[in-house]
Amino acid sequence: MQSSHENHSTLAERFNKDEARVSWHDQTLWWIRQKRDKAAWSLGEEWEALRSQASQIKTHTLSNLSGYLEEFEANAIANGAIIHWAADAKEHNEIVHKILQDNKVTQLVKSKSMLTEECHLNPYLEKNGIDVVDTDLGERIVQLANEAPSHIVLPCIHWKKEEIGELFHKHLATPAGNADPSFLTNAARIHLRDKFLTRRVAITGVNFAIAETGEFVVCTNEGNADMGAHLSDVHIACMGIEKLIPLRRHLGVFLRLLARSATGQPVTTYSSHFRKPRQGQQLHIILVDNGRSQQLAKEDFRNSLKCIRCGACFNTCPVYRRSGGHSYHTAVAGPIGSILAPNLDMKQYADLPFASTLCGSCTNVCPVKIDIHDQLYKWRQVLTKEGYSPKTKTVAMKTMAATLSKPGLFSLAGKWGRRIMRIAPWLVNNKMNPWYKQRDMPAAPKQSFTDWYKINRNKASK
Amino acid sequence: MSSRNNILKRVQQAQPALIPMPADLVSAAAGDVHRFTEVLQSIGGRVVLMEAGEDVPQKLKELFPTASRVVSSIKSLETFFLHDHAQMTHHSLEDVDIAVIEAQFGVAENGAVWVTEKDTIIRVLPFIAEHLVVLLRKEALVADMHQAYQRVAYDDYGFGVFIAGPSKTADIEQSLVLGAHGPKSMTILLHE
Repeated sequence: MQSSHENHSTLAERFNKDEARVSWHDQTLWWIRQKRDKAAWSLGEEWEALRSQASQIKTHTLSNLSGYLEEFEANAIANGAIIHWAADAKEHNEIVHKILQDNKVTQLVKSKSMLTEECHLNPYLEKNGIDVVDTDLGERIVQLANEAPSHIVLPCIHWKKEEIGELFHKHLATPAGNADPSFLTNAARIHLRDKFLTRRVAITGVNFAIAETGEFVVCTNEGNADMGAHLSDVHIACMGIEKLIPLRRHLGVFLRLLARSATGQPVTTYSSHFRKPRQGQQLHIILVDNGRSQQLAKEDFRNSLKCIRCGACFNTCPVYRRSGGHSYHTAVAGPIGSILAPNLDMKQYADLPFASTLCGSCTNVCPVKIDIHDQLYKWRQVLTKEGYSPKTKTVAMKTMAATLSKPGLFSLAGKWGRRIMRIAPWLVNNKMNPWYKQRDMPAAPKQSFTDWYKINRNKASK
Repeated sequence: MSSRNNILKRVQQAQPALIPMPADLVSAAAGDVHRFTEVLQSIGGRVVLMEAGEDVPQKLKELFPTASRVVSSIKSLETFFLHDHAQMTHHSLEDVDIAVIEAQFGVAENGAVWVTEKDTIIRVLPFIAEHLVVLLRKEALVADMHQAYQRVAYDDYGFGVFIAGPSKTADIEQSLVLGAHGPKSMTILLHE
């Protein structure tokens, strides 16, 4: 867990100390972005039609979300599921705990759910004496290391295989020095199979919930959600209320987009449709708001609720790739996380909308066409207006505004600036100047544009 | 109950005026064996063509000569059929070498097959076995996921799943490993 007072740039600076590692992280994610491109282009003109369709289905859904939630609830109850509603993270965690207590269970397996990360479910349950085992391989790795996932699809993308070998040697008693991915994966398979066979409760996330049928779909490559859920007596599915889509056939659109955008696969290995509990099994579905209705009310930021958590915006982001997921100090990192987090806590996450170059690549790859970079820009305006923008930036902006508004002052500042950079470059090329970090100052021109224009205007007219 | 009503009320107040649902995307392409085979191979699965007159037990012996526990949810495969499925604990399937199931149809664009609880009898069966073998009729192929959902649009299943290839992970330095928690291989027996 990151402490709340360290901001993105401080945490990124720490990540940036190991240059070789940053390059490796950057290139790995770019490779995944390229796989995504290949998968998207393989569909030709269909791809853009799919993105538009997905975006419009979500636009429609958000305009009738209350209706679809009620429809989903009624159908899920008719299917034999038990529905719970949680206003916030605290209530969500308490509902999970209550279900465990009712069933007298102290151990469970959990497959990937970013919602439970958002709610900090694991630390809450552990504090209450519950043993939680994350079963997605990447999530198990970061759990053993006592870390949070650094990427929503690739939780341990920041870990090297040698380090994983060492971690498994310590926790799973694999031979020291063995860092072979197949060997380590097989060791985890054996370790986790034992958990699947002995735990009575399984928690899963939800990728899509269908109002029309009351069913929900979970997508994995490993099969861990299915192993957990089908071998359990109690299945708890945790979902944000924005996961709703109206019709089962809409899954055709979203499943075509999800894996291609996430990893470049044509579809995930398993797209599991849970509609009714297995005979004798309990199926609980927890519908969680936790700030979503508040985001829905904000016209400028409403579209962020369309997100299907593919991670494409992470993989393409030049800032994410070079600063690592933990520098965002929130469960959902990257560009999309930077527009979701300030809604939950403006003060704690005021730095995140500034952790971007606003290059717009995130918006271009988003499978549901969220205007991510526009929203980052809009959050900056909101945060500045509310007084949450970084102090140094506020002072710099005010000074600049004052200078630019007075032509005489502007010309004088320019003259002195050019002179200083020629005579005493060390005055600007030092650690006090944030611009100088990781880059050189440009060479100062001899004259200003105004001076140049005065001389050359006459020449040209002759 | 109070959280339910509060959430619904807040959502109702927050959501914009109704924006219409878009018309469905339609596709006219045909399911194609060649494409299905190619895509499934690219994601780690394999397609084996059954010749006329060949039977499944014989084919399995050829493909998996060392397998000891083979079980199936297909009634006609007498020797492998899970006759005691109603009484058995599903956990006891953990040492199954090969699970043989029949799929309703396959999807050419992504190599997936659709199976429901009706086809597997026991939900965990296609996930818990070391190797998965799926029988599929040649003509039961659709082109893409839109057509796939046209087929299952109103089916009344308790559990259904698209399975595309063996269980896999690339969580360790993006190195692809087949057999994360589920089957290490997936073989489609394609028949007339």
